[in-house]
Amino acid sequence: MTAETTTADAGSSFKLMEWILTTDHKRIGILYLIGSMAAFIVAGLMALLIRIEQASPGPGIMDSPDQYNSWLYFHGAAMILAFLIPGLTGFAANYFLPLMIGARDVAFPRINAFSVWLFYGAIILALLSFVIPDAPDIMWTGYPPYSVTSPGNTAFYVFTVHLLGFSSVLGAVNFLVTVIYMRAPGIGWNKLNIFVWTTIAALGLQLVFIPVLASAVTMLLFDKYLGTHFFNPAQGGDVLLYQNLFWFYSHPAVYVIFLPAVGILFDIVATMGKNRVFNYKACVYGGIGGIMLITGEVWVHHLYVAGMPDWLRIGQMVTTLLISIPVGLIVISMWGTLYKASITYNTAMMYAASCFFLVLLGGLTGIPLALTVVTVHLSETSFVHAHFHFIMALFSAFALFGGIYYWFPKMFGRLADGPLATASFWINSIGVNVTFWPLFIIGVEGMPRRYPDYEMFPQFEPYHMVATVGAFMIALGMAMTIINWIWSAFKGPIAPENPWGSKSLEWTHAPNCPGPGNFPEDVVVDDDWSPYEYGRK
Amino acid sequence: MTKILSTIYGFACGLLLTGAARAEEGGELPDPAAGWDHLWREIIIDITIIGVVFGIAAIYMMIRYRAKNPNDVGSAPKLTKAQAIAWAMIPAAIFMADDFFLSAKGWTLWNVYRRVPDNAMEIKVTGYQWYWEFDYGDGVVTNELNVPVGQPVVLRMTSPDVIHSFFIPAYRVKEDVMPGRVTYIWINPRTPGTFISTCTEYCGTAHSGMYTNVNALVREEFDSWLVEAKAEAAEEAKG
Ligand SMILES: [Cu+2]
Ligand SMILES: [Cu+2]
Repeated sequence: MTAETTTADAGSSFKLMEWILTTDHKRIGILYLIGSMAAFIVAGLMALLIRIEQASPGPGIMDSPDQYNSWLYFHGAAMILAFLIPGLTGFAANYFLPLMIGARDVAFPRINAFSVWLFYGAIILALLSFVIPDAPDIMWTGYPPYSVTSPGNTAFYVFTVHLLGFSSVLGAVNFLVTVIYMRAPGIGWNKLNIFVWTTIAALGLQLVFIPVLASAVTMLLFDKYLGTHFFNPAQGGDVLLYQNLFWFYSHPAVYVIFLPAVGILFDIVATMGKNRVFNYKACVYGGIGGIMLITGEVWVHHLYVAGMPDWLRIGQMVTTLLISIPVGLIVISMWGTLYKASITYNTAMMYAASCFFLVLLGGLTGIPLALTVVTVHLSETSFVHAHFHFIMALFSAFALFGGIYYWFPKMFGRLADGPLATASFWINSIGVNVTFWPLFIIGVEGMPRRYPDYEMFPQFEPYHMVATVGAFMIALGMAMTIINWIWSAFKGPIAPENPWGSKSLEWTHAPNCPGPGNFPEDVVVDDDWSPYEYGRK
Repeated sequence: MTKILSTIYGFACGLLLTGAARAEEGGELPDPAAGWDHLWREIIIDITIIGVVFGIAAIYMMIRYRAKNPNDVGSAPKLTKAQAIAWAMIPAAIFMADDFFLSAKGWTLWNVYRRVPDNAMEIKVTGYQWYWEFDYGDGVVTNELNVPVGQPVVLRMTSPDVIHSFFIPAYRVKEDVMPGRVTYIWINPRTPGTFISTCTEYCGTAHSGMYTNVNALVREEFDSWLVEAKAEAAEEAKG
């Protein structure tokens, strides 16, 4: 490549147009980070409002249940579609995947820039729901007939999904081509970072399943605004068609979030433990590959009480339980990577360590929910709510936060591991348990989800109260975390090159704050190189 | 490690099987709710064992393998081909065994939940935004559900507006109620009392207000109420 490859000068002045017009995958990554954290902050504030409302049985701070419902809508839709998916497959993949495979950029840099601005369009559209008079109130699932007959503005939901979906599909094609064609000489498939594998797996799922979601929400749009009857049984439609299409995408979407989080985790643990990934091939081909294979055949577990045929509910109970095999292989590799490691604890590793317990809690509480007959009682209770927060929201968010600490020196040339980082880690870790354990308990007792008011169950008030206190702990912890990141990005102690002594290419071959083109010299690796080979000098 | 796991697993299976055998005794009408509680306890044991084993293993290794000196590297040996295959196949086999074991248990109870006893009394349920209607036939319609103790009751449910879900936590049962389909659940009220039922599918503004009472009445009380209600309904119809 050319001589324009330099380390970005930390003192160089900030030029807005350079960021808007950028096609550099790292800047696009940072744009994804900023956008997804903005969505996280607003959706997190919604969670606080929800928890304040639920702290006591009767109506509390809300003007009306409709207002509460629009908080729930925004919280769910924004956390999943605008924070977790873009944070993991937008930010982390954009910034680090090309670096990890020794590529100088992605295959289609301009398409990449188009993707990120589509994503910003979606975020703006989602935020507009706070100013329009008829905010969407259809939850992130948007089930008809309610989403068709609701006075809320379903079109905002549909167009937000369209924009995000379009952005994701473009990103998926881009990154799959990048990994297939742009790996540096010597990097074979069995030498990719686990994060690279999990990212292309997640993007492969996006590519296959997003069109299904897009068509489902488009039919919703047609039913509501153009008078079609896809979901209206009175005119020959079927209400369950939507749920089947929706979960045909949205169950795999759980893995679109879970897998990249797992990948980040492996890279942190292997680096901080200076250890090889345990049984790499079983993890990649059995674990990640197995999930890809089964994940499209389990969506009916979201319709266990939706009047589906009995045999289908049993058939998909078996496929759902079988997911434990590939997930189990990943778990064995996670645990095995600790074996005979030499672990240095810092903020990134502490987040990674807590993920081991989050995946246990979230994964194991999924086993009762895999059983059709057990779900007949637990479905739509706060047990489900707590379960998917542990496995999808908390596990993935903690892995992402760990990743931000892990890659902080790479992105900003500075360390973020001060006392504020440690304190906020502990507040977050305690906070999530204080919030969601009570919800498991009252869920089994019958507390339904999405209730602003629970006057029929006054005995649950203390549990809700504790959960609300937990939510405030998380809010405090996250406020400290974000302040720490912003402060450290500008004022933190200057980081040495490769502060963790990693063997992965983004640390060994690229300088901190890599400039355009990433690497001072073209990357070539020798035969016995691997991002996890620490035994070799 | 594998050995310990499989031993613990075998022990857990043994525990659960003896429990299952005990549940099958007694030829009377099955009680789905009691069956649910039983299965729930078994699953909690199952997942607690897995959770404790993995949790302790993680904590042990996280402490045991701290870096003694910043330049140390991990010393995990490279797995041989045989070891790699064993570490994939053996855990996979254990997980699969647990999956099929749980599937079998879940399927057995599922059949109890779906097979309505022949002598079940039928009540029609309609979910509206935002209240319930229960139709006992002969013009008797209520907003609270009355059922006789000792009598299996099947609820045939539908809705004219949006999707709702009829949930009675005390009977461990729910099913969605939606336009264009008739879904069903059956319950076996065992003790007299008043229980709560709620709506558990998001249905708009008053979703959380869509709860009502399920009154399990002793047989005589239920019968006399129904006779009276029918007479009243007939009166009104003549009206
Ligand atoms: Cu799912
Ligand atoms: Cu409802």
